[in-house]
Amino acid sequence: MTDHTRTAAAPEILRVDRVSVSLAGRQVLDEVSFTIGGGEFTGLIGPNGAGKTTLLRVILGLQRPTSGQVEVLGRPRSPRNQPVGYVPQKVLLDPDMPMRARDVVALGLDGNRYGIRLPSRDRSEAVRAMLHAVDADRFADARVGNLSGGEQQRVLIAQALISRPRLLLLDEPLANLDLRSGQEIIALLARVAREQQIAVLLSAHEMNPLLPVMDRVVYLAGGRAASGPTEQVVTPEVLTRLYGHPVDVLHVHGRVLVVAGAADEAAAAAHEAATAGPAAGAG
Amino acid sequence: MHQLQAAVFEPGFFTSPQVHVAVTIGAVVAVVSAVTGVFTVLRGQSFAGHALGDVSAAGGSAALLLGLTPLPGFVGAGIAGAGVMDMIGVQRLRGRDLATGIVLGAAIGCSALFLYLGTTTRSTTGATQQILFGSIFTTTPGTITAVAVLGGVALASIAAIARPLLLATLSPDIAAARGAPVRLAGLLFMLALAVSVALSSLAIGAILSTALLIGPPAAALRVTKTVPGALVTACLTGVAATWLGILLAYDSFYWGAGHQPLPVSFFIVAIIFVTYQAAGLPAALAARRRAATSPAGAADRDQVAA
Repeated sequence: MTDHTRTAAAPEILRVDRVSVSLAGRQVLDEVSFTIGGGEFTGLIGPNGAGKTTLLRVILGLQRPTSGQVEVLGRPRSPRNQPVGYVPQKVLLDPDMPMRARDVVALGLDGNRYGIRLPSRDRSEAVRAMLHAVDADRFADARVGNLSGGEQQRVLIAQALISRPRLLLLDEPLANLDLRSGQEIIALLARVAREQQIAVLLSAHEMNPLLPVMDRVVYLAGGRAASGPTEQVVTPEVLTRLYGHPVDVLHVHGRVLVVAGAADEAAAAAHEAATAGPAAGAG
Repeated sequence: MHQLQAAVFEPGFFTSPQVHVAVTIGAVVAVVSAVTGVFTVLRGQSFAGHALGDVSAAGGSAALLLGLTPLPGFVGAGIAGAGVMDMIGVQRLRGRDLATGIVLGAAIGCSALFLYLGTTTRSTTGATQQILFGSIFTTTPGTITAVAVLGGVALASIAAIARPLLLATLSPDIAAARGAPVRLAGLLFMLALAVSVALSSLAIGAILSTALLIGPPAAALRVTKTVPGALVTACLTGVAATWLGILLAYDSFYWGAGHQPLPVSFFIVAIIFVTYQAAGLPAALAARRRAATSPAGAADRDQVAA
């Protein structure tokens, strides 16, 4: 399923080096380190409140780490020197927003510039090609607020990719999608990572939908992280160390369930794993 | 044709210098309000816009009390208020509505005091009407230059930051991650908003300025699906409502036997209200048609809304 020989040779795009963050006296991230190479699809997995969003914000330069550093393409991260594509969890796309899908994508091209832009053929051609690349041609002229969750997600991915970033970060992109839309988005991202040699880092509280495409996993629990190929990280030994209490990993019909080891906690953890699928989450 | 024209435009409309001033200032104010208003509505800052109107009122009434014209008071107080609100908004998003409301209340209280003192000590009996409900017919021609320059500055500011502003409206985090000047854009926008509100306080009154700021953009956003489309539609709607309001107010002098003109602000605001309602009709009719033709129509809409 997963080609690990490729990941070993991939050039390094992102290096997170002993990053710690304390927010309001609480240690949210504790010495988190990992690297990601071009063309790699990495899942940032962990329960709610594990610090996934905080870690993404540190990588983006929106949150200053208490200690440690982030390098993108070998240089300290700053919003101005390298484009990093970002699809946040909350984007205001309500039906009143007077923007078509193509307008949202165009903002990804030059939304950071001053002044008014004049219509240009190159520009609309770039937007058209990008919408085509994410299979969004059909609804290019629809109001974004009227699109389905999966369609909006495609538009946002196109917006993030049109500035040609080498690194694409997505915060819980599957949270509000039904199972099929979620699988389509994952397939799209895996294809983009491979074809354009982009490093994709995607956060999710459920890893099962990602298993077929995930090259590596960064597993976050209690502010600490373990990273590597999925089968080396998602093991009872590694996760027990991470969570700080006994944890078991069950393989059921090709799905992975992480359950607390102690008998009384096992039921609760299994319940959480079962309900925390991609279709769950308040819509 | 001539009879129709005579019936629509009462005698002297085209030769009256007051009408010339009103039509010119009205057009500038309507355009500036419409452009600022589209961004205000998209950014969800309508309440801040309204509060700036009340802050402007305090400034305008203070200026009258000091024996000045109201415009410098409107502009000065509005800009100061915008600066304060920007500081509050950046530090604590959740506290913004509360802080805005408290500033708004204090500003109206100050207006009440200044207007009371103004009308009792200076015997400018029209002051309350002038500050709260506008003075487009009594503004001097010399004010046109100041209005045009201020309006130009507001429009230029918005043009400079239009793209970061839109990106930040979609998602402040995307904008910041792209290195867009989110902070500067927010501040410049608040200043443009303050100037815009000050200008419409002069034209239709501090309390009614919200109508011109929010009304035409809200109507435009109901019928267009791009930002440039909304800007053009809002400008045309705003100018049309203002000019028609000026005409009706002028004509109203001849309606009754008492020869008492009705306030122009009432007409402008009434026209905007009707226009906003009318702009919602196409969507409402389409929804009704969908619901009538397919029983699943209502369920579909619920899903979209959720």
